[in-house]
Amino acid sequence: MISIKKLAGYLWMLMAPLLILFLLFEANQKITNAAPAVRSNVILQWSIILLIFAPICIGFFIFGKYAANGEYNHLPESSDEV
Amino acid sequence: MRQEKKQNNIAFVIGASSAGTLIEWYDFYIFGMLATIISKQFFPENAGTAALLSTLAIFAAGFIVRPFGALVFGRLGDLIGRKHTFLLTLIIMGGSTFAIGLVPGYASIGWAAPILVLILRLLQGLALGGEYGGAATYVAEHAPVGKRGFWTSWIQTTATLGLFLALGVIILIRSNQGVEKFSAEWGGWRYPFWISILLVGVSVLIRRKMSESPLFTKLKSEGKTSTNPLKESFGQKGNFKMVLLALFGAVMGQGVVWYTGQFYAQSFIETVCKIEFIQSRNMMLIAILMATPCFVLFGWLSDKVGRKWIMLIGMLAAVLTYRPIYQQFLTISSVQNRANKIDLTKTVTSLVKVKTDNKDATKIYLTQSFDTAYTDGAVFKYIKTDTLQLRANYDAMIPIDSLNPSLIVSKSEKPNVILEKILGHTDYWKMSWLVFIQIVYVTMVYGPIAAFLVEMFPTKIRYTSMSLPYHIGNGVFGGLVPFLGTLIVEFTKSTTNPKGDALAGLWYPIGVAGVCFIIGLIYLTNKIDKKVID
Repeated sequence: MISIKKLAGYLWMLMAPLLILFLLFEANQKITNAAPAVRSNVILQWSIILLIFAPICIGFFIFGKYAANGEYNHLPESSDEV
Repeated sequence: MRQEKKQNNIAFVIGASSAGTLIEWYDFYIFGMLATIISKQFFPENAGTAALLSTLAIFAAGFIVRPFGALVFGRLGDLIGRKHTFLLTLIIMGGSTFAIGLVPGYASIGWAAPILVLILRLLQGLALGGEYGGAATYVAEHAPVGKRGFWTSWIQTTATLGLFLALGVIILIRSNQGVEKFSAEWGGWRYPFWISILLVGVSVLIRRKMSESPLFTKLKSEGKTSTNPLKESFGQKGNFKMVLLALFGAVMGQGVVWYTGQFYAQSFIETVCKIEFIQSRNMMLIAILMATPCFVLFGWLSDKVGRKWIMLIGMLAAVLTYRPIYQQFLTISSVQNRANKIDLTKTVTSLVKVKTDNKDATKIYLTQSFDTAYTDGAVFKYIKTDTLQLRANYDAMIPIDSLNPSLIVSKSEKPNVILEKILGHTDYWKMSWLVFIQIVYVTMVYGPIAAFLVEMFPTKIRYTSMSLPYHIGNGVFGGLVPFLGTLIVEFTKSTTNPKGDALAGLWYPIGVAGVCFIIGLIYLTNKIDKKVID
């Protein structure tokens, strides 16, 4: 189980930047294809989405790093361990 | 005697905490439920879709602000105590909700209207961010060992009951007023906002009588409270890694299951399946009412068998069954499936009405309603509105028969067609059952989660540490389910398929819940922390 936890950690680390790239790609595509009349609205929508999800993806990367480093092999059983 | 007093105290702690939280949820939801009317009232009339998107953006903004509220009030709750903090959030929420009901429409005060509404909506989000963590922590810190899941499950019922209350109040007012009066600038849609001030007033009075959490009081008397809860929660790796685990291994999946079952389902039934307003909301009300006891059931069960598996089974069930459930929604409400059932004797063409437009007297709207009844009791209404240009001006309602056809200069190429479906008895209950199943999933993932989060973090930084993942999971991941779901359906639209794939929006909650399930399965333990005082 410990090796699965660690291996999955690398997967989360890989997924995080891929998610950001996917969002950037989609944002660029949608903004480029938007009609001029609604372009500002589309830019606003995607800016909000990127603004929210970028730090979450960074958090996901850190989570993966912790997992890969074995930080979750044993979860704390009391606050003294935190 | 002492035992009886203790029981009364328990009931008071749960009752007073839950009532306030329920009202906060009510306040927060009425805005979302009235989004269509609010968009018309507060955004430019000539930009229908943009207005709706703007409101959705405000809706999302309300959710996005929630994590900030979690940080601001979580910190306060860990510094000065739980009681005063969640009293403050209740007052901010009640005040801003009441104030939204007082803002004049765009037609009266122009751009000041949407700006004021946006500010008040952000305040609502901020207050909500501080409320839940406080209430859950407060109840959990009163709970005896072995009953934490059961006690906090009462707090967990409040979000759903707040939704129920909001739905019920809106239906009651709309049924009594009719659509036009309800949707007017100072119409009935404002009443639910005004009612809030009464509910909040009563709740504040009750909460003032509450005493501080015993664990926090003990910590304070020993001088062991945190001096910098934000730094201790997120600046120390030992605690921060647990915040991340709580978010990605539990709350993120719980958030999307919650919002899909209770918001996306309602929106899908109404806008995609075209089920009539009152009937679609009645289905939600029935399903919510029937499923709500399951929150307490799963909270209680989590004290016996652990929190992890109940939450993960709920998530997995959602991942596996969302698409079949929503496919059933489409099948049940489909016109094609009724082709052989048409009872032509009941088919009617009715209500031919001509109305003048005050702005342009040469333009009139011709509205025709075609009601088709089926043998299974369903009635499908097609309301078609044509715009006609006339040679002469008309200044009053005139009967269609007296309209001389030679006066018509042109007719709109694309009439506005509204489809409203009222289901027959059997299909109505089938659909309610499918909504009920989704809400049972909600109760599985949500019922035990307060106890789960409380047990993950130490008392001195509990309010801050549990509030942030909760509100990112629910506010961001969950709150964006309707918005991102609609966006994904937009992606699937093409010239060959102009309507797109109606079920595509489900990929977002399925994907998030799926990843969360795997993370929870691998990393979470099922152990119940008996020593929550540390």
